[in-house]
Amino acid sequence: MPAVSLTVNGKPVTADVDPRTLLVQFLREHLRLTGTHVGCDTSQCGACVIHLDGVAVKSCTTLVMQADGGNVLTIEGLAAADGPLHPMQEAFRENHGLQCGFCTPGMVMTAVDMVRRKGNDLDERTIREELDGNLCRCTGYHNIVKAIAAGAKAMKA
Amino acid sequence: MYEFKYQRPGTVRQAANILAKDEDAKILAGGHSLLPTMKLRLAKPSQIIDLGRVEGLNTIELKGRSVVIGAMARHVDVANSPVVKEAFPALADLAGVIGDPAVRHRGTIGGSLANNDPNADYPAAVLGLGATIITNKRRIAADDYFKGMFDTALEPGEIIIKVQFPIAKKAAYEKFKHPASGFALVGVFVSKRGSDIRVAVTGAGSNGVFRVTSFEEALKKRFSPKSIEGMTIPADGMNADIHGSAEYRAHLVGVMARRALARA
Repeated sequence: MPAVSLTVNGKPVTADVDPRTLLVQFLREHLRLTGTHVGCDTSQCGACVIHLDGVAVKSCTTLVMQADGGNVLTIEGLAAADGPLHPMQEAFRENHGLQCGFCTPGMVMTAVDMVRRKGNDLDERTIREELDGNLCRCTGYHNIVKAIAAGAKAMKA
Repeated sequence: MYEFKYQRPGTVRQAANILAKDEDAKILAGGHSLLPTMKLRLAKPSQIIDLGRVEGLNTIELKGRSVVIGAMARHVDVANSPVVKEAFPALADLAGVIGDPAVRHRGTIGGSLANNDPNADYPAAVLGLGATIITNKRRIAADDYFKGMFDTALEPGEIIIKVQFPIAKKAAYEKFKHPASGFALVGVFVSKRGSDIRVAVTGAGSNGVFRVTSFEEALKKRFSPKSIEGMTIPADGMNADIHGSAEYRAHLVGVMARRALARA
């Protein structure tokens, strides 16, 4: 079995893996980082979005071997476990940007990436367009959009 | 997924050697078409040859009157490239509407063209601009490259290295997007380069991307939506599924072509 080495949430990780292992499987089943979810498993819903080398990626459609040597950030790594929430997480809490919460980790990771690409002042249209690859089955988009606009502003501070 | 052996060559030559010796081996570019197919067990490659570490395959450069894009350039790289935006905004636009932001961070132009999904966007640009596919063995003109649904002129052991797009004075892409998948239900690329006028359609045809010669003829007089007003194409040979009938798709070809012409 090939060996894979990568950095996950700042910590180096090395493992021997079946080459079929998807990045999301590796995160959830090998590292027990179960904050990253598998929704559709067909690259459409975005529940599995993480950051690979600084950009948002669907981890259900990436082999862990493709991430070899890379730097992965998951929802668990966004804020220190004993510290305050990341401003985007806080904005989702404040604006009730979730109902069942299943899509939330992917929404938050996509939102943080959106701010990286589009800046801190996001209008509703931009947010909705950029959320193209994230589905909320509770259809709770209204508050998600509000949360992202607020979180983007808070990230500037 | 079925089992496979994972290979990560450092050069195109190494990749080609593995591919030439094993007809069941598959090239992995961004993985956004191949991995879903493998997850559904619709593909059973014996070996996966990951091009992710081959250097020099993701360059984007202006060469004379062409834009040359490396096979491993991601959709986001093409969409944001200052070279492409300046020389060829239509191509940057097209790359920017493929899939969704996370998909664009991984998917590549070479992967899209080698796969030749009948609903993919890039085939419309390649055929609609008369681009040239450059492989490790030869140069293939767009008109000779697409051979039908998921089929191309690529031979065993052949790997796309880059794609050369001649710069067109006027060009635009319009896509009627499937709301869930983001694929083109119908996408039309129009271009005018001197006397060479092209109208290429993706998504609609049951045999993959195709040119609409009747529209091209009509546009010779004047490259404007008015020139093809009221014109339609036959529904024969159009895709039909739960998302749209053949007649609906044929109708959309005219609508999207006129919208693209209005923008070009």
